[in-house]
Amino acid sequence: MSASAIALAVMIGVVGVGVAMGFYAGLRRKMDLEQWTVAGRGFGTLLVWLLMAGEGYTTFTLLGASGWAYSRGAPAFYIMGYMSLGYVASYFFLPQLWELGRAHKLQTESDFFEKRYASKRLGAFVALVGVVFLVPYVDLQLTGLGDIVRVASFGGVGKTWAMLLAAAAVAAFVYTSGIRAVAWMSILKDALLLGVVAVIGIGVPYVYFHGIGPMFAALAKAHPKQLVLPGNTANLGRSWFVSTVFLNALGAFMWPHLFAASFTAKTSDVVRRNAVFMPLYTITYPLVLFAGFAALLIVPGLHDGDLSLLTMTRRTFPAWFLGVVGGAGALTAMVPAAMLILAAATLFAKNFFRPIFTPAMSEPSVARMAKLMVGVMTGVAVLFAILGAKSIVGLLLLGYDGITQFFPGVILGLYWKRVTRAAVWSGMIAGVGAVTLLVLSGRDPIAGLNAGFVALCLNFAVVIAVSLLTRAERNGFESSPDFEAPPETPDKMGVS
Amino acid sequence: MNNARKSELLRRPTLGALLLAVVPFLALCFTVPLWNRIHPVVLGIPFNLFWLILWIPLTTLCMWLVYTRDRKAEPAEANTTKGDSR
Repeated sequence: MSASAIALAVMIGVVGVGVAMGFYAGLRRKMDLEQWTVAGRGFGTLLVWLLMAGEGYTTFTLLGASGWAYSRGAPAFYIMGYMSLGYVASYFFLPQLWELGRAHKLQTESDFFEKRYASKRLGAFVALVGVVFLVPYVDLQLTGLGDIVRVASFGGVGKTWAMLLAAAAVAAFVYTSGIRAVAWMSILKDALLLGVVAVIGIGVPYVYFHGIGPMFAALAKAHPKQLVLPGNTANLGRSWFVSTVFLNALGAFMWPHLFAASFTAKTSDVVRRNAVFMPLYTITYPLVLFAGFAALLIVPGLHDGDLSLLTMTRRTFPAWFLGVVGGAGALTAMVPAAMLILAAATLFAKNFFRPIFTPAMSEPSVARMAKLMVGVMTGVAVLFAILGAKSIVGLLLLGYDGITQFFPGVILGLYWKRVTRAAVWSGMIAGVGAVTLLVLSGRDPIAGLNAGFVALCLNFAVVIAVSLLTRAERNGFESSPDFEAPPETPDKMGVS
Repeated sequence: MNNARKSELLRRPTLGALLLAVVPFLALCFTVPLWNRIHPVVLGIPFNLFWLILWIPLTTLCMWLVYTRDRKAEPAEANTTKGDSR
């Protein structure tokens, strides 16, 4: 068997097992909206940990972090800082949101805005902004997958075919098994990824430099500026680092798919304990950075730094291991993509289409429509990925900065009685508007600060000022009729 | 039950919890000018990267302290949440 055939066979085997797990996860379950989107709120600590920490770990982390280390150097360290701090911040709002979620049957981030501020339009706006940023994120996963499969099969499978096949599989298992597919596949994906990253991150420096220490010594000699901020960049210095880490830490769980993932937990204590242990997941990040740094010394001059980890792997390890990396990498794209698509489809059907066009739509019809939207969202993302649309890159750059503009509405909605609907509207429009203007006109970073951070400050200022200028409103959660009779959670549906 | 649920919804973080949670923010974010350097190299790793790795377990330790403090402050009933076997 040729190297290419071995790698391809192993890769297909790994992905096949993963996809089978995805279908199996939803067997013999009645998939109503509550089961499909939040698994009947029955997951224990391990599955929630895999969903929330594991799904933050996408191809963007695997390829992007090593790519940043390769081409920019020390600015890549921001990823380690903000992931840990994102989990720290989540301790102070996710358990509270879980409690509200159970009492008021919240399934999405938009549901929170809709109920808290008693405004279907605000919920619809959040859904729309969410979908606009989620779809390019799916597109990014598919593009990463295309690269991984192409390199890991020695060019045997073209990028377009890989993306089409993977997208079809993702749409199919999300359709049948919903969030359960994502959770069960995460077990395989995270276990494989941890192993693969450890072998690459430690193996590569040992093969070429006889250790991690000698590698850094060589790097410090050859590229002394690479290892401290601003690295190989002109404007990603210390103030950029502080503002970016801070912004992304607050924004990490504003991504609608991660926000909603907390609703799958069995109790709020599961969510809280997760916030304590999720930082440990970031132990895998330095290993990815090691691979990027090694690549800079061994294979300098790659036109695309994001390919540095894969290039090093192919150069260093036997074909079967490349197959494992390819399979793990493909799952690292497919599993988060599934969660993104699920969130986008639910937001569109439940929080955008129904309130705006058909208020009388029944819950089962919403569920049917959301499942239908899985196909549509996947189709759009694949189309963008195949066409390689340039405009999509702009949306991606905006993604993190844009999504974080939900933060003031969430945190003040939880903790400040005085915040009003008009204020949240104004702040969000100011924040999203400012960040769009700054990023698309190439003014990021601005005055050494992350543009999203500047927009977030503006957002907060506007929300607070307008709240104080408008008349106080009742908290939508306290005046809602279903508050009087909190439904009992169906704990018996828990996965164990 | 309704009243218990209501107070749970409004549960606010204590000052002690917030102060403990600020520690990782100081270490990993706001103090970057202090540790943005290669030397001293620790275990062969540049100091800034070593510092970030060191704070992975230390962050969990801080949050563990927050968590155990919060649990102690809660009524005993809330501590025996059903189905918490994992």
